[in-house]
Amino acid sequence: MSPLARKRLGRVALNAAGVAVFLFAVFPVYWMVATAFKPNDQIFTTSFIPFPDPPSMDHVSRVFTQGVAGNSIWRYLLNSTIVALSAVVIGAVFALLAATAVARFRFRFRTSFLILLLIVQMVPAEALLIPLFTMVKRLGLYDQLLGLIVINVGLTLPFSVWMLRTFVAAVPKELEEASWIDGAGRFTTFWRVLFPLVAPGLVATSIFSFITTWNEFVFALTLIGDQGKYTMPVALQFFVGQRSTDWGGIMAASTLMTIPVLIFFLLVQRRMVSGLVAGAVKG
Amino acid sequence: MAQTSTVARGGGDPSAPARRHSPRPRRRTGLPNWLVPYALLLPGLLVIAALLLYPLYQMVDMSFHQVGLRQIRAINPTPAEFVGLDNYNSIFESDLFWTSLRNTVVFAVVTVALTLLLGTLVGLLLNKLGPKMSTFVVVGIMAAWATPPTAQAVVWKWLFDSDAGVVNWTLNLLPDWLSNLVFGRSDWSGQPWFNDTITLYLVLIVAVVWASFPFIAVSVLAGLKSIPSELYEAARMDGATALSTFRKITFPLLKPVFSVLVVLSTIWDFKVFTQLYLLAGGTVNRDAFNLSLWSYAEAFSSPPKMGLGAAIAVVLTGILLVITFVYVRNIIKTEDVR
Repeated sequence: MSPLARKRLGRVALNAAGVAVFLFAVFPVYWMVATAFKPNDQIFTTSFIPFPDPPSMDHVSRVFTQGVAGNSIWRYLLNSTIVALSAVVIGAVFALLAATAVARFRFRFRTSFLILLLIVQMVPAEALLIPLFTMVKRLGLYDQLLGLIVINVGLTLPFSVWMLRTFVAAVPKELEEASWIDGAGRFTTFWRVLFPLVAPGLVATSIFSFITTWNEFVFALTLIGDQGKYTMPVALQFFVGQRSTDWGGIMAASTLMTIPVLIFFLLVQRRMVSGLVAGAVKG
Repeated sequence: MAQTSTVARGGGDPSAPARRHSPRPRRRTGLPNWLVPYALLLPGLLVIAALLLYPLYQMVDMSFHQVGLRQIRAINPTPAEFVGLDNYNSIFESDLFWTSLRNTVVFAVVTVALTLLLGTLVGLLLNKLGPKMSTFVVVGIMAAWATPPTAQAVVWKWLFDSDAGVVNWTLNLLPDWLSNLVFGRSDWSGQPWFNDTITLYLVLIVAVVWASFPFIAVSVLAGLKSIPSELYEAARMDGATALSTFRKITFPLLKPVFSVLVVLSTIWDFKVFTQLYLLAGGTVNRDAFNLSLWSYAEAFSSPPKMGLGAAIAVVLTGILLVITFVYVRNIIKTEDVR
């Protein structure tokens, strides 16, 4: 075999491997969407039907009109949106303040605070479930979206601060100093100079918190008993019946739940990686 | 109280008139400079203290108490009874401790190893592919990564469905002799994957590896991109083989990335809950418990044994904190936290 032919063969093999990885990653997601658009007789069959033929909107419209556990899927999408957006907005304010403190000031306990952030990120949320459940119960927040919002702020904050501080640190300090010299106050400098420059990073961080909160399952499962207040992840399991599972309905609902996350993901994927392995990559 | 607080709030701030003429703008907020970072930190710190640190303390405290329905009711709760190490004793004496510890550890070890292996291979592959093909594959693996854990669980449950699942259909396609040779059977119709703990965990491993290898792949790719290409050119000039290039250049330079990835994956896989809960169909199959599902089952079944659940959570957290310690040490080494 000539070297050129071998090189070409190698390229073909690499591309084939790439396609294989792509298929492995995408097939389950594709199958979820395909099942959502199949009529029931194409779902409950032992033969393999690669495409919905013809596509049917039965399941999608059914999860909206009939819904599950007595409510339209709109209700759960709305609950999830309320919880995620509120937690993100509150968390973003707290995270921005804390990140500014850590990235802009040298003070005692700064290192201790950073190490604290790293450690609390690693505490399993599942372990905090029991004490937080009793706390929520005692405060009368059981069965309330507010309780979920507060807890999600706590769960996402350490990572948000950790990620955001690199964005704040990336803004040149000279800009703020110029603003001081021009006579601007502390607040004006923060609001007019630092904030606009950190905004893209704040958006990326917020999207990450949104995804975490949107996907959160354990707390939503334990802190909410009222079916009208379920979030999407919890509502999903009610498609699973005692004897049979409504696969068309559950796949339609899963697809609806996945779409916003997928869009956000493609927007921030690069930043997310750099945030998660911060430091290690740049060495 | 009321009067003093009015004064304390600084109703008659003597410095107020002078502010207007102050040449130093940073005094406008009235906060001395050294206090500013603490003021900025305060809200976040309060949230962390109230929602993470205090519950952490409470978890430990509860693990020494018997906490049931009477103790957690909203109206007129009775104080929890101190039981010393009773909860821990009943954990370590329980058969469930060993099965759930075994499930937790075996699952984590297998999943972390497979995830890292597959992730690294895909990362290396992405680095070799042309730009268009590489983007194509990255977008594909993003789809797996982005799928919410609950959706992951139901999709894999559907793929492994006993009657209409694609996996059983595919296994039936295998030639009978091959299927017999490898699995000792040729007919896979109606194979129930979720009744038996071993096959349940098999599906769980596939699902979790599927969802987590993209992160490893993209991180490894980012690491590879940061290695200067001169090093590889020099290696090629010296006639180094592909394997020794990997061993002498790629691996040592990616070592910090790998150590972070190993620890992060270990932590994530140690406490897997959502996917297991949904694949196992809740807490009915006690054989399939891992530590977090067991803790949940004790605390939230009826009658609730919150103290016992908390004690299991303490054991799990203890194991994870040891792993975290390694992680934090690595981060401090590679990044300036000072």
